[in-house]
Amino acid sequence: MKTRSHKFSKLMVKILLYTVLGCGLLVWMFPFYWILRTAFMKYEQILAYPPLWIPKPPIITNFTEGLKILPFGRFYINTIFIVVVCLIGTLFTSTLASYSFSRLRWPGRDKIFSIILTSMMLPSAVTLVPTFIGWSKVNGVNTYYPLTVPSWLGGGAFFIFLLRQFYLTIPREYDEAALVDGAGFFTIYWRIMLPMIRPALISVAMFCFVNNWNDFMMPLVYLNDEKLYTISLGLRSFMGMYNTDWGYMMAAATIAVLPVVIIFTIGQRYIIEGVVMVGIKG
Amino acid sequence: MYTTLEVFKKDKEARYGVLFALPAILGFAVFTIGPMIASFIFSFTNYSGVGNREFVGLSNYIKLFTTDPLFKNSLKVTLIYISMSVPLNIIVSFFIAFLLSQNIKGRGFFRLVYYLPTVVPLVATSIIWKWLLDPAVGVVNYYRMLLNLPPSKFLFDEKTVLPTMAVMGVWQTGTMMLTFLAGFQGIPRQLYEAIEVDGGMGYHKFMYVTVPMMTPSLFFNLVTGLINGFQVFTQAYIITSGGPNNRSNFLLLLLYNEAFVKGKMGYACAIAWIIFIMTVILTIINFKLSNKWVFYEGGERK
Repeated sequence: MKTRSHKFSKLMVKILLYTVLGCGLLVWMFPFYWILRTAFMKYEQILAYPPLWIPKPPIITNFTEGLKILPFGRFYINTIFIVVVCLIGTLFTSTLASYSFSRLRWPGRDKIFSIILTSMMLPSAVTLVPTFIGWSKVNGVNTYYPLTVPSWLGGGAFFIFLLRQFYLTIPREYDEAALVDGAGFFTIYWRIMLPMIRPALISVAMFCFVNNWNDFMMPLVYLNDEKLYTISLGLRSFMGMYNTDWGYMMAAATIAVLPVVIIFTIGQRYIIEGVVMVGIKG
Repeated sequence: MYTTLEVFKKDKEARYGVLFALPAILGFAVFTIGPMIASFIFSFTNYSGVGNREFVGLSNYIKLFTTDPLFKNSLKVTLIYISMSVPLNIIVSFFIAFLLSQNIKGRGFFRLVYYLPTVVPLVATSIIWKWLLDPAVGVVNYYRMLLNLPPSKFLFDEKTVLPTMAVMGVWQTGTMMLTFLAGFQGIPRQLYEAIEVDGGMGYHKFMYVTVPMMTPSLFFNLVTGLINGFQVFTQAYIITSGGPNNRSNFLLLLLYNEAFVKGKMGYACAIAWIIFIMTVILTIINFKLSNKWVFYEGGERK
């Protein structure tokens, strides 16, 4: 008797669990659904009352017409350019630095590492103004240098910390065996270490992609020339121009959101591993 | 005793070590330490970005705390926002993570959905929220009406703008959720089994195992949540421009306007340093308090 009621209550808990998670899921997905619904809908239907759930018929003129108003293709290419340059720079310099901080012995290494680590806690607001003044002194405003150069100089403490965690899990015997065989340190890094931390590389690449794709403050501060705009800046100007044309705006939002959603869905495992690695051991 | 070869190898290792770390060290010097020092110095000047700067002593700081009504307002609304958003984010993401940590099918899928909003550009989500919460034609007000609630102006009313932004933020707290989820999954099963052996119930498991074992991730999320709270910018810039009546004029938005709209670089640096000092103080307080309630495995509870 007792086991049966126990089983029954277990089943009830399960049902409750899935119900709550499922309802949450609907709420969480609703904004996404609403962008798509609005983006594919005729203007009259968008404002219909009570609201229509499904566009009848779905149209694509919000995309074909709306996205002609500003050069969104150009904004796309600009953003992709920035993302790629940052990606290569970050992947190269952060893996190299974290290799040094985790596996090479040199005086003062741990002290310097922990100092660099503190910048993870530093609000970006503190450095914003002087960095801007510095860039304007070297005519860096309205170029991509302010957005990309930092990536070629370590890419930030977060990535160095994340990668160091991964390097530390590799047994020292690998380095020693390679040294005995006469390999140089760069060869060890390039041929042995990088292939072994491949999951971490993918995590870093994905974070880097998402961060740069989404970045708003830096492009806002450094880019005034519309030709140089990123997708986020383009979206902002578009919003200023077509404040109430919701169909156009949701079409623009869709194309800004789509790449990160696709990338994240494909590689979510790596982003999640990265968050966990930094959150738990940090 | 080292042989010559070993000394040579050690020396070589040190040289390569410094060489490989050099870009990162340089980046830290140029983009963190340098600007921080510069920011500190500028905060005592009336620098406008061009031309000369005059040393004005503490007058920027004095002005901030005495005659500038905007700063006091920004400080207040930022702190109000933080006091609403941080507990809300922690409670909701703790709850979702707890559900996801149960033995369920399709955990990967649920996790994907709950984390997804976090990777979406804030400019885009701001536009989406503006649309959903539009006072006249937004869908949320329609459903409020169906529930016999009066329509709300949400982001365009002094009373509701901060709570609304805090609730909007919950949608993008996937990082907190993941940290909690990892925390839940890291709790050793034996601890629960031990309670079962002693005849404990679900409640005992929760109070004596789950809660203490989760305090490190709770602490981590609290500290990062507070720090991020001071960084809120994009939503306010895009949707409300700091309004209505400066009610969402967060510190960072004020800093941005002082620096890049009004050209008061020195003044903006003073604001930046106040944000920095407050962050440091809050972090230190948290670390001090953490001795009292955070449980670390292998350590004694004080």
